[in-house]
Amino acid sequence: MERRTGRWWTLWGGLILIWALFPLLWMVSLSFKDPNTFRSASPTFFPKQWVWTNYRTVFSDSLFTSALRNSIGISLLATALAVVVAMFAAYAIARLDFPGKKFLLSMALGIAMFPQAALVGPLFNMWRNLGIYDTWIGLIIPYLTFALPLSIWTMSAFFRQIPWEMEKAAQVDGATAWQAFRRVIVPLAAPGVFTTAILTFFFCWNEFLLAISLTSTNRARTVPAALSFFTGASQFQSPVTAIMAASVVVTIPVVIIVLVFQRRIVAGLTAGAVKG
Amino acid sequence: MAAITMNNIVKQYGDGFLAVNDVSLEVADGEFVILVGPSGCGKSTLLNMIVGLEDITSGEMLIDGKRVNEKRPRDRNLAMVFQNYALYPHLNVFENIAFPLRLKKLPEDEVKARVNEAAETLELTEHLNRKPANLSGGQRQRVAMGRAIVRKADAFLFDEPLSNLDAKLRGQMRTEIARMQQRLGTTTVYVTHDQTEAMTLGDRIAVLRKGLLQQVGSPHQLYEEPVNLFVAGFIGSPPMNFLPGRLAGGQLETPFGTHAVRSERMRRLGDRDLVIFGIRPQDFEDASLLSEERRQAGQTFKPTVDVTEWLGNELYAYVPYEAPAEITQQLRELERELDSESLRTQLIVALDPASTIRSGSKAELWFDTERMHVFDPATGENLTRNRDRTSGNDEAAGVGAAGPPDETASG
Repeated sequence: MERRTGRWWTLWGGLILIWALFPLLWMVSLSFKDPNTFRSASPTFFPKQWVWTNYRTVFSDSLFTSALRNSIGISLLATALAVVVAMFAAYAIARLDFPGKKFLLSMALGIAMFPQAALVGPLFNMWRNLGIYDTWIGLIIPYLTFALPLSIWTMSAFFRQIPWEMEKAAQVDGATAWQAFRRVIVPLAAPGVFTTAILTFFFCWNEFLLAISLTSTNRARTVPAALSFFTGASQFQSPVTAIMAASVVVTIPVVIIVLVFQRRIVAGLTAGAVKG
Repeated sequence: MAAITMNNIVKQYGDGFLAVNDVSLEVADGEFVILVGPSGCGKSTLLNMIVGLEDITSGEMLIDGKRVNEKRPRDRNLAMVFQNYALYPHLNVFENIAFPLRLKKLPEDEVKARVNEAAETLELTEHLNRKPANLSGGQRQRVAMGRAIVRKADAFLFDEPLSNLDAKLRGQMRTEIARMQQRLGTTTVYVTHDQTEAMTLGDRIAVLRKGLLQQVGSPHQLYEEPVNLFVAGFIGSPPMNFLPGRLAGGQLETPFGTHAVRSERMRRLGDRDLVIFGIRPQDFEDASLLSEERRQAGQTFKPTVDVTEWLGNELYAYVPYEAPAEITQQLRELERELDSESLRTQLIVALDPASTIRSGSKAELWFDTERMHVFDPATGENLTRNRDRTSGNDEAAGVGAAGPPDETASG
């Protein structure tokens, strides 16, 4: 009986894996196909001939390289800011009792639920008047707005799991409130901080709507927006394979981050803090 | 080293709840004082106020004669051991113990020397590189104590440090704590709800009930001369038996019969319509095992024993009885307060294990009237309390002699 259910699980796992991996493999495969002949009469899943042309095209295009720079810079900055701000906010929400706490939390959630499309128009006008249209800061601000609520919610959940006694013990041991926070609470909340950081990074990395609406040149355009402006090497060439190559390039950091931090996210650091 | 003085300490929460109500207590330098009481009596709140984790609503807290009400915990130089140990899970044992020293920014070699010394006394040397998650309960407990020792703090505060351990380990750690305190001679305040810990560890015990200090004294004083029903019921195991009765015409009437009053201190009370008699289980004995002389010194009665429990060194017998409703009500309330609940009114009797009394049999039991207490059922006050034996004034008593609590118990 148990072996049977075990087999079922494997089967289901396999199905889901295929379902999830198929588009990814298709993307990789396309990126290695020859841009002139990939639409042949007899299409194959894997390329008949593996070529690097698409990658060369992509990296020689300033549209993509500057977009990559923008993406990395904007995502990292927005993530760092979001994590720092969310950490303090979440700590206050988890530890302190102040009037309007519930209201604050529900407001944060409300912002997260607000449809982005409704904000694009007003933001476009405002940013132009403020002179931050098509700049890094012009993208980082709305990214922060949308990333913060979720970050605060996740992190305050993590902070709440840390026993109060930890902090009391640190205080009795001679720590100031700040020392207790930095030397005891932050290390204990590290898994939460990582989780939040990764989620925020992905959100900024993948964001398309704001990126395409609030940028117009290579100055601040990020990769997802840049991809839509792709043309082939010449106007007679389909850009599909080049787009796929670019997509593979921007997917790689995401995969690496997940693989590297997977264990940190999963490992509950608080194990053994108290009896149990 | 320091003395801790509490003057009329009050803790009132925002919702008006009085957690600690007008407690005055003096802990002398080097003394081991136990705060004891059932859950919710305010003992932990009081401890948190000493260490500074809770604000004091009114009253004055003095450490070594200096007011510390406004001082933050880190400025009070006290060390505390928490109930769930509160070890830092991301640090290994060495760094856990070294944490207070690192905060003081002591030089590395001194940190090493002090941690190693503490680890040695607590037999933790071989575990210094392990993380708390990989330690057993007893080892975690020792690490928590190590963190307190290295500080060279003015006083140790323990908040129910043994309640998470199993019974065997608890006994070992109890001795460990007593030994450590004796060796270091550091002022110690220890909170527990366990009366065995209270009796065995402390120089003096302070019994709290609903935020009010009931009695302060040596274990001996509390056991022999409790001020009221609450203290009498709380100290001692199994608990003191409470029997409803009457004092009339030189006779004491109990559910088990009428006996002549011989003792002087009971005769002083005169006639009283309704009282509660308190007799410890150890003050009963199987009458057939006693010499004629001893028998004459007390009273005998012949109840039916419901159940017996033979423990090797002792024999417990349970004797059910009927009590008037008004008394039962009060005894029930008292029991609920003491965190215990028995279904029926019954006498618990500790007998010599050589006794042949068995479950369901009729027995002749003897009890020592001289060691009986009489309580006022309305106020709970102990009417027969001998103030001379409590060395005059409990509250101002110094370091009491912590003799074995039952050295004068008969049987």
